[in-house]
Amino acid sequence: MIAPTLDSILRRGSLLVAGSRTALRFGFVTAMTFLGLLAITFFIGRVVPIDPVVAVVGDRASQAVYDATFIEMGLDRPLVEQFALYVRDVVTGDFGISLSTGRPVMDDLIRFFPATFEMATFGILIGVLLGVPMGVVAAANAGSWLDQMIRVLGLLGYAVPAFWMGLVALAVFYAGLGWTAGPGRIDIFYDGLVPTITGLLTVDAIIAGDWVVLKSALSHLVLPSAILGFFSLAYIARMTRSFMLDQLQQEFVTTARVKGASEWAVIWKHAFYPIRVHLITVIGLSYAVLLEGSVMVEIVFSWPGIGNYLTTALLSADMNAVLGATILIGTVFIVINRTSDVLYHIFDPRSR
Amino acid sequence: MTSLKLWLTADAPDSLWQAQAGQAYAISRNFARNPLAMLGAVIVGVLVLVAIFAPWLAPYSPTGQNLSMRLMPPSAENWLGTDELGRDILSRIIHGSRITLLIVVMVAVISAPLGLIIGAVAGYFGGWTDRILMAVTDVFLSLPKLIMALAFVAALGAGLQNAIIAIAVTAWPAYARIARAETLTFRNSEFIAAVQLQGASHMRVIGLHVLPLCISSTIIRVTLDMAGIILTAAGLGFLGLGAQPPLPEWGAMISRGRSFILDQWWVATMPGLAIIIISLGFCFLGDGLRDVLDPRQRDGR
Repeated sequence: MIAPTLDSILRRGSLLVAGSRTALRFGFVTAMTFLGLLAITFFIGRVVPIDPVVAVVGDRASQAVYDATFIEMGLDRPLVEQFALYVRDVVTGDFGISLSTGRPVMDDLIRFFPATFEMATFGILIGVLLGVPMGVVAAANAGSWLDQMIRVLGLLGYAVPAFWMGLVALAVFYAGLGWTAGPGRIDIFYDGLVPTITGLLTVDAIIAGDWVVLKSALSHLVLPSAILGFFSLAYIARMTRSFMLDQLQQEFVTTARVKGASEWAVIWKHAFYPIRVHLITVIGLSYAVLLEGSVMVEIVFSWPGIGNYLTTALLSADMNAVLGATILIGTVFIVINRTSDVLYHIFDPRSR
Repeated sequence: MTSLKLWLTADAPDSLWQAQAGQAYAISRNFARNPLAMLGAVIVGVLVLVAIFAPWLAPYSPTGQNLSMRLMPPSAENWLGTDELGRDILSRIIHGSRITLLIVVMVAVISAPLGLIIGAVAGYFGGWTDRILMAVTDVFLSLPKLIMALAFVAALGAGLQNAIIAIAVTAWPAYARIARAETLTFRNSEFIAAVQLQGASHMRVIGLHVLPLCISSTIIRVTLDMAGIILTAAGLGFLGLGAQPPLPEWGAMISRGRSFILDQWWVATMPGLAIIIISLGFCFLGDGLRDVLDPRQRDGR
């Protein structure tokens, strides 16, 4: 009687050990990737420019400011020590002062990030809610004209420049048809009406119970989010279709059919069930890519997010701000990718 | 003609050269059966021809200003209209194809060999070499490409050459992964051991026996990546970080047309259509090449 219990305890124990070992490995890989990101930004900021100090303070700074920054950046020390200092600064949230706004880069990033996050999240919602059903429908009707149309739509997602699509969408839906609001996050006369709590305008408007502001915010949000959603939809639909095609050829699907399950049940209950795990990775990856794509869309829509901040900094050669924004987007990118990896690992026992 | 066909499709070729010709024949037959792939090949072919013969094809000068003809809608004289300086948009798009082709070719020429060599060396030597090289590759792979390219351009300065370098720096890791995976499949096979026993140096084995076998899957991947490279380059141009005015770079043209999008829609729309057509062409071609050269990878993008 005792033996099996002991055995099961031991087994559970080894599972725990295996689990913590996996967690350790994931943590290690994530940390290494983050360090790699910092090494690249360090290289871009300190090694590539002819004079890294000028890249930070601008070429009109006085000699005193130049010298102070030179010492502050640790440029008089060996490269390895400089990098260690750099990592310490970044980890403690010190990205330096932005040349163009005059504020710490970290404060700027915190101020601008919610707008990007809001747009990207609405975008991925649109992409998933439309892309997954489209992929399933395409696979269920493989070879039909519907399938072909979805395939062409998917390929367009690889071929259309996001900024061009934004311009055309503004011209058609805002200027031409008047269905949506124009550039910006909200109509100018509603600006600042609801207190900033989360920084997400739609959420803040709901908290404040101000439906007029919410309506205005949504009407500004719909076009840029739909464009971002289109690009993730292209990828999500394509991948869903190919996963579904694999599943529909499996024997358990045939079994379900033979047992008289309706086509709807066969597709959504039997064939779709196992691919949810794969979809996690796909959706995670599209969300990360979408955050990146939001840079171009933000510029077209004058959206006050990280993308706009980054490009303004780029054009005014504000290196601290450029690298700060790069690290932020890179970190979010890594975190999303790692999280979807971990989720995949948890939900798919075979990958353990 | 029939005897040539028989010779090409022979079951037991007499020489290596006949076998290779026969394989090329079979591949091109399969390729020709795929209408989208053929369309892609035609689009890319037209792009190359237009880029080569741009000065003869373009009806006007790409930089010649004519302020009395500014912002004219598409007409018989100016098929795609004129821009804010009275320049013919069709002529600018035709000349811009040279810049697009230059970017695409240069990125491929820089990043593909770089990735191939890193991947092949990692796969061939294994051990710590492999671990270190692949760790670096994975770091690059797990970072957002466009943002990294932007940051590189910020440090290097705006311009066509720097844009090419920035895109190439972010493009190579995918090829390194592919080359490594391919190398691992035949790393321990007998023909490699045979060459090594004959006393070939590591350099020689990698250069003459490993790399050639990685090329076809890399070509597929490069072709599939072309659309992304074109979009990134156009994005850099749109932001004013790529090719500088008055160069007729398509992304920069869209950026200039942005101010007129509501009334003179053609200024920004036409270069965008050019980008879409060329990118789609590369997508079709890449899909077709993959189906023909490497059926295993189908739908695995």
